[in-house]
Amino acid sequence: MAKRIDVSGLSAYYGAHKAIDDISMTVEPRSVTAFIGPSGCGKSTFLRTLNRMHEVTPGGRVEGKVLLDDENLYGSAVDPVAVRRTVGMVFQRPNPFPTMSIFDNVAAGLRLNGKFKKSELADVVEKSLKGANLWNEVKDRLNKPGSGLSGGQQQRLCIARAIAVEPDVLLMDEPCSALDPISTLAIEDLIGELKERFTIVIVTHNMQQAARVSDRTAFFNLSAVGQPGKLIEIDETERIFSNPSVQATEDYISGRFG
Amino acid sequence: MSHVAVSDARPAAPAPHKGSLSARSLPRWAGAGFAVVSIALAVGIGLVFGLQSKVQWGLIAALLFILVSYAVTTAVENKRQAKDRVATSLVWVCFILAVIPLASLLWTTISRGTKVLNGYFLSHSMAGVPGFETGGGVYHALIGTLEQVGLATLISAPLGLLAAVYLVEYGKGALAKAVTFFVDVMTGIPSIVAGLFILTLMLMFDLGPSGFMGSLALAILMLPVVVRSTEEMLKLVPNELREAALALGVPKWRMILKVVLPTAIGGITTGVMLAIARIAGETAPIMLLVFGNQLINTNPFQGAQSSLPFYIWEQYRVGSDAAYDRAWAAALVLIAFVMILNLVARGIARWKAPKTGR
Repeated sequence: MAKRIDVSGLSAYYGAHKAIDDISMTVEPRSVTAFIGPSGCGKSTFLRTLNRMHEVTPGGRVEGKVLLDDENLYGSAVDPVAVRRTVGMVFQRPNPFPTMSIFDNVAAGLRLNGKFKKSELADVVEKSLKGANLWNEVKDRLNKPGSGLSGGQQQRLCIARAIAVEPDVLLMDEPCSALDPISTLAIEDLIGELKERFTIVIVTHNMQQAARVSDRTAFFNLSAVGQPGKLIEIDETERIFSNPSVQATEDYISGRFG
Repeated sequence: MSHVAVSDARPAAPAPHKGSLSARSLPRWAGAGFAVVSIALAVGIGLVFGLQSKVQWGLIAALLFILVSYAVTTAVENKRQAKDRVATSLVWVCFILAVIPLASLLWTTISRGTKVLNGYFLSHSMAGVPGFETGGGVYHALIGTLEQVGLATLISAPLGLLAAVYLVEYGKGALAKAVTFFVDVMTGIPSIVAGLFILTLMLMFDLGPSGFMGSLALAILMLPVVVRSTEEMLKLVPNELREAALALGVPKWRMILKVVLPTAIGGITTGVMLAIARIAGETAPIMLLVFGNQLINTNPFQGAQSSLPFYIWEQYRVGSDAAYDRAWAAALVLIAFVMILNLVARGIARWKAPKTGR
């Protein structure tokens, strides 16, 4: 059940270094929100604050509020493990568990959380692999190792693994940057299907991709190297790409800088 | 021979001219040829000058090998290829120098050890056998080694594993630094010191010698090796896997148990087995704490036991031919024990290694 994310006054730090500064935005449920911006502007860091993965990095620390349907993820009583079950994540590089088969990879989230009933697992695995458009390619070799798949298949396997635990929100950190155009297309189609069920946030360096898949786009920038990244604007994707309200956005999108 | 055939079949290279990309090159068997030539030369020199020591022959051959490689390659190919050939030759010479003692040791142990090694030797103790007579066996020592090493492993493998998990997954700040420091210090503890440490405990609490006391000393020696090797293996596990597991909403302890440890299990097993191999040959703490025994004592918690390294030392001290034979046979048993452990470790490592098949 897709949920709305409401971020207010969020800053994230690596030790003493402030990586992002005072970000506030709303992510709509059942839609795709894309984050674009130059390298080092804090898109990925911000994404990782949305499921409390930022604090996994040594020295990682967050100030501000992230409301997930009115519940603050950074409230004192909140269990980060529970947050990550609700807000799933797909990483830049496909990272299937090398010791596990395809089946076990998809079942990992459930199994590692203590669900063991074999028939139940089989149903979830089939559903998730179908959801990730991978079922037809792997249904005959579910007990082969996941690392034997191609890069694009591995990434879809990771998506299947992420949606198997039925999260409300799916965060994707440059999910296609290591993939060829055909695998990229497969994943973009998949994103289009998944947004019926999940709230999706995607970080991308590819502006065409942002324009193709997202409903809303947020542009991040940093004033200088070493300065914290900031949210410049967030708007309907069409508006961002045709008629952004900030000059910097237009410069970035059209390839003009400075 | 097929390689030779292939290189023979190659059409003669066209005469190189300036700016050409092809150049004259030595055939593939050139390296072996140099080796044969230099060995023959060395034998010749040795015979002509009447050098007695075979070591001198070998050193002359090694030196000639490098010189001949360099000279011929410079003449036929060029300086760069010659340097490459010299580096290759040096590596080969070093490899052979390193292998000679190992092969010699194995050969001596096997040839002298197989004399009395049989089912009787493996299944009987030294009970009632005077040291200078033939007969008797190694059974009591084998039991002792298995029990002492097994107990030491039971103590230090879990401890070491947990310490390494702490250092890699949780440890930060002063405590982790202190643990790392003391593990490093422990790596350097001589085995006799570990033995003396347990001996003081034995005297304080008025305990008699037993296999278990030896195990405690062996565990002290084994612990740092297990911690170090496990730590290195855990560090090799990509961080992405940890993040992938955490992002699925898996609690950290479960992530370590189900993702990190299985990924590294092959290397961890190898490390533990190497640590076992290291302590299986320890003699000093056994002398102090287990005391040695001619009889079978299967209870490691009470009374003196023997062990393979102790048995070897004991038999060698007797000084009769029969005792020497027994010492060599026991040495062979010890080497076989360590070798089998290593094979088992490799088997487990291969069986558990991350799979890549399609």
